[in-house]
Amino acid sequence: MIAIIDYGEGNLGSVEKALKHVGCEVQITSSPAALEQADGVVLPGVGAFDDCIKGLEKSGLVEPIKQIIAGGKPFLGICLGLQVLFAGSEEGEKAGLGVLTGRVVRFRHELKIPQIGWNQIAKVQDAPHLQDIESGSWVYFVHSYYVEPEDESIIATTTEYGIEFCSSVWRDNVFACQFHPEKSQAAGLKILDNFRKLAVEISESDRYAG
Amino acid sequence: MLAKRIIPCLDVTEGRVVKGVKYVDHVDAGDPVEQAAEYDRQGADELAFLDITASLDHRPIMLDIVRRTAEQIFIPLTVGGGTRSAEDIRQILRAGADKAAIMTAAIENPSLIDETSSRFGSQCIVVAIDAKRVQREGEPVGNLGYDPDAEIEWQIWTHGGHQPTQVDALKWAIEAEQRGAGELLVTSMDADGTTAGYDIELLRRISSSVGIPVIASGGAGSAQHMYEALTLGQADAVLAASIFHFGQMTVGDVKKELAAKGIAVRL
Repeated sequence: MIAIIDYGEGNLGSVEKALKHVGCEVQITSSPAALEQADGVVLPGVGAFDDCIKGLEKSGLVEPIKQIIAGGKPFLGICLGLQVLFAGSEEGEKAGLGVLTGRVVRFRHELKIPQIGWNQIAKVQDAPHLQDIESGSWVYFVHSYYVEPEDESIIATTTEYGIEFCSSVWRDNVFACQFHPEKSQAAGLKILDNFRKLAVEISESDRYAG
Repeated sequence: MLAKRIIPCLDVTEGRVVKGVKYVDHVDAGDPVEQAAEYDRQGADELAFLDITASLDHRPIMLDIVRRTAEQIFIPLTVGGGTRSAEDIRQILRAGADKAAIMTAAIENPSLIDETSSRFGSQCIVVAIDAKRVQREGEPVGNLGYDPDAEIEWQIWTHGGHQPTQVDALKWAIEAEQRGAGELLVTSMDADGTTAGYDIELLRRISSSVGIPVIASGGAGSAQHMYEALTLGQADAVLAASIFHFGQMTVGDVKKELAAKGIAVRL
């Protein structure tokens, strides 16, 4: 089972439908116990940084999410679900989860903000989540802020929008992307399917090990 | 590079797609869920459903269409028409839409934009602007093309283009952005349904006055018209109905033609 973390008003329907489409059993939840039981955990995110953190705090999910990530369970962050993995953002006052080091900054250029629409990813490294995804694939973005990881070795893809920015990161069990795979047609569904496979594999190897 | 978006629009009433000329004379143009799937196959970047005769009676039908479409289509879906309140928007988003377009309700109660953009995120609030050139009685509309020196004013019309207001379209666009709109869907009522081209000055003046994306709507009859809206009109996306509905061109045809003219599109 894949758990989608529910922390408030976020629109989780499209993530849920896309994961089901690639064959996942899905549970939308704000219960730490359900996250514990899941084979993989998805943190989607729309809205503002502080609201997201407040929502996670209110549901008592901050520590459980950190533990899930530290414990090695496949974890997928989407959009704001990428940004909150960092210690903080220019957008808000609240502290982020601090799982990754670096900054979340706002676009500073004359182009339209938010960036809304389809843009291309350039692969910097071969994350298993990007298996069978080519550099140059189009994915759907909606955002005004982007991440600047301190450790550049975690950058999985970059994208051009006035500047070249980090459009996804990969570190061990964590993959998180600024774009929306659930809205990115074939390429996005492929990323979700890759995530599903990783979750199933790890869950099965645990079972055999146990 | 960010691609310009091509967005087929399905005008829906009582569960069927319809297409009218200048907001009247609707012709039946098919089943919305089937058409949505077809546009997805053709490479549409997003889809829009506008419930043109929205009423409480029709809403459950619309929500059902949104739900069935969202189950099989993984590109962004915007739904509008008759969205009166934050609760309406919540229902639309829950049914699987990614964005809700608001129009009449936003004019009547502008704080609805503030309320819903802070509650659901700006990215799901599209403020739709139906604008008509202000003219003296009997005066012809004339040229809707590029004309930067022309003195033109546009008035907002509400209730699906049936009621004029005193609101200036350009001022309203700026206010909508300040209140938290994520995008503007700008429809020229003078051009809509004519397939003679978009109102380029309306688009250009709004797009250059705001920092959020502008979706051009009303008047598309060819890829050339879209090219003009995206270049001269400075639009970020083009929405079109008639050109696609009656099979004159596919989304793929339009994109190929735009790419050949140097526009960044997702192929």
